[in-house]
Amino acid sequence: MKSSDVILQVIAKIAFFVIVLFAVHLFFEGHYRPGGGFVGGLVTSCAVVLLLLAFDMKTVAKILPIDFKWVIGVGLLIATLTAAGAIVFDVPFFTHVYDYYQLPLVGEQSLHTAALFDLGVYLVVVGATMTIIQSIGESE
Amino acid sequence: MTNLIVLPILIPLLTAVILIFLAKSVRMQRAVSVLSALLNMIVSFTIVHEVSVNGIQKIDVGSWPAPFGITLVSDMLSALLVVTTTIVGLAVILYSFNSIGEKREKFYYYSIIQFQLVGVIGAFTTGDIFNLFVFFEVMLMASYVLLVLGGEKIQLRESLKYLTVNVISSALFVISVAFLYSVVGTLNMAQISERIASLDEFPGILTVIAVLFLIVFGMKGAIFPLYFWLPGSYYAPPVPVMALFGALLTKVGVYSIIRTFSLFFHQDQGYSYELLLILAVITVIVGVIGSIAYWDIKKIIIYNIITAIGVILYGVAMATTTSYTGSIFYLIHDMLIKAALFLLIGIIIKITGTSDLKQFSGLIKHYPGLAWTYFIAAISLAGIPPFSGFIGKLLVIQGGFQSVEWIGSMIILISSLLVLYSVMKIFIHGFWGEPKEYVRKEAISYQTLLIPVILIIAVSVFYGVATEVIHPYISQAVETIVNPEIYIEAVLKE
Repeated sequence: MKSSDVILQVIAKIAFFVIVLFAVHLFFEGHYRPGGGFVGGLVTSCAVVLLLLAFDMKTVAKILPIDFKWVIGVGLLIATLTAAGAIVFDVPFFTHVYDYYQLPLVGEQSLHTAALFDLGVYLVVVGATMTIIQSIGESE
Repeated sequence: MTNLIVLPILIPLLTAVILIFLAKSVRMQRAVSVLSALLNMIVSFTIVHEVSVNGIQKIDVGSWPAPFGITLVSDMLSALLVVTTTIVGLAVILYSFNSIGEKREKFYYYSIIQFQLVGVIGAFTTGDIFNLFVFFEVMLMASYVLLVLGGEKIQLRESLKYLTVNVISSALFVISVAFLYSVVGTLNMAQISERIASLDEFPGILTVIAVLFLIVFGMKGAIFPLYFWLPGSYYAPPVPVMALFGALLTKVGVYSIIRTFSLFFHQDQGYSYELLLILAVITVIVGVIGSIAYWDIKKIIIYNIITAIGVILYGVAMATTTSYTGSIFYLIHDMLIKAALFLLIGIIIKITGTSDLKQFSGLIKHYPGLAWTYFIAAISLAGIPPFSGFIGKLLVIQGGFQSVEWIGSMIILISSLLVLYSVMKIFIHGFWGEPKEYVRKEAISYQTLLIPVILIIAVSVFYGVATEVIHPYISQAVETIVNPEIYIEAVLKE
């Protein structure tokens, strides 16, 4: 079985990085163009699923030694805390702030706390999708 | 503090997230859950105080002004329901320690309980119809997991039914919201109310939407033709989960009916209110028939939920100040007492190993504390004067007679008698008589399980005895319901 998968495995290795880059692109585009945390997360999990198809469960677990349930937790925590951060400043819950910064390499960019919330969404989507796929895959 | 009314949603949400990381350590999970439940109870009592002093509290989430952003609104009705929810939540968590079993606890049980509380409290607090849908889903997702967690055969079968019914009713909910949006063009409840009020005549499409909402919330809240899923589904899960469901889930449906009917559809009290009235009365009859028909103690209490839903909605359908006061008194009483009753029969099942009433008797000899607690819970449920069920039912029936609805009110009066019969049947056949020997599966001292029950019963007895203390709060809640202008004013004008 394994020997016949050479083409698939090689392509998967290359495609994985392309897909992940596309996912990151989608994630950062979200504020100005179609994209965002949800679709970025889904595309990222697609990349991992491609690895799962090309290789087996154990190999992928070795490449990505992550408990995806924790990814859900971390994502939720980031999203909740971003929203709850407003409490510290005594403004209504979920109030976001942004400003323009001169960053090295990329020049003037706006940084927005909504991106942090999106990061939370991204992680939850990746975590949930991977948990579903892994637990279905592992159960006999 | 600006964010006070967000806290009852935020605290369980954060707790739930933290509990995901603590999945391995059961002791830490228990400690964190109890602490957060206690904290939440204190916070929600503060909110009740705040609302009683300063009127309706609201937050425009994300600083976007009212009709455009999501608004969270805490009027007295929702504040009181949130308090009751946190009390029930605390009791259920305490009860779970000695009852749910380590296997379930390690599988994110407490985390899901907290998510359930997030959904329920969020649904009580939101001021946006689509946000209400989202919180409904949060609540329902958590309830799916709680229902199936453990994976026994009966749980799998019943959760499949429960899932199907709720997916359909959620789809209907979205369709109803879409209809409403296409008519009024807004999702903010206060603005919907304002726009409907500004229409020259009450168009027929709004009556259609009112009936659609009645179907949606009636399916969640188990009113007459839509209650069919409840007896089976509530029979399946372990007792603390059953208590949580019985006390909270259906009541969210009832709350939503109260909210939408008093806020949106009050201009035209013809068709939809008449329909609600008829359905409420039939719901009472169906519930009573079920509760006297069965010899299974779980089934008896489950059918009593349906009866109570009917009584509350009967008061809502009258739409007078008296009947609303009665309904809300009864709603809060029923949340408390249903939780207590489910937890109590849980203890009985733990001791006897069966839920069949014909299999055991004479429990009072060895378990007097349990017996008398059950007795108090039972007569509170039926509405014997010093206890909590009395004043609510009294006002509902009084409201009924004032609105010249003789038949319905008489049916509710008679139903009380039958409710009393159904719970006393458990007392007489289960607690009196010759004591039998029971083989205990596990050595669990029933006293530790009784503590959270006594907590709820104490609150409920206080609620019944100190009606004078409670009444100003309830009447403040009713004032907002009867005069939606107060609600609209608080949300939209500032």
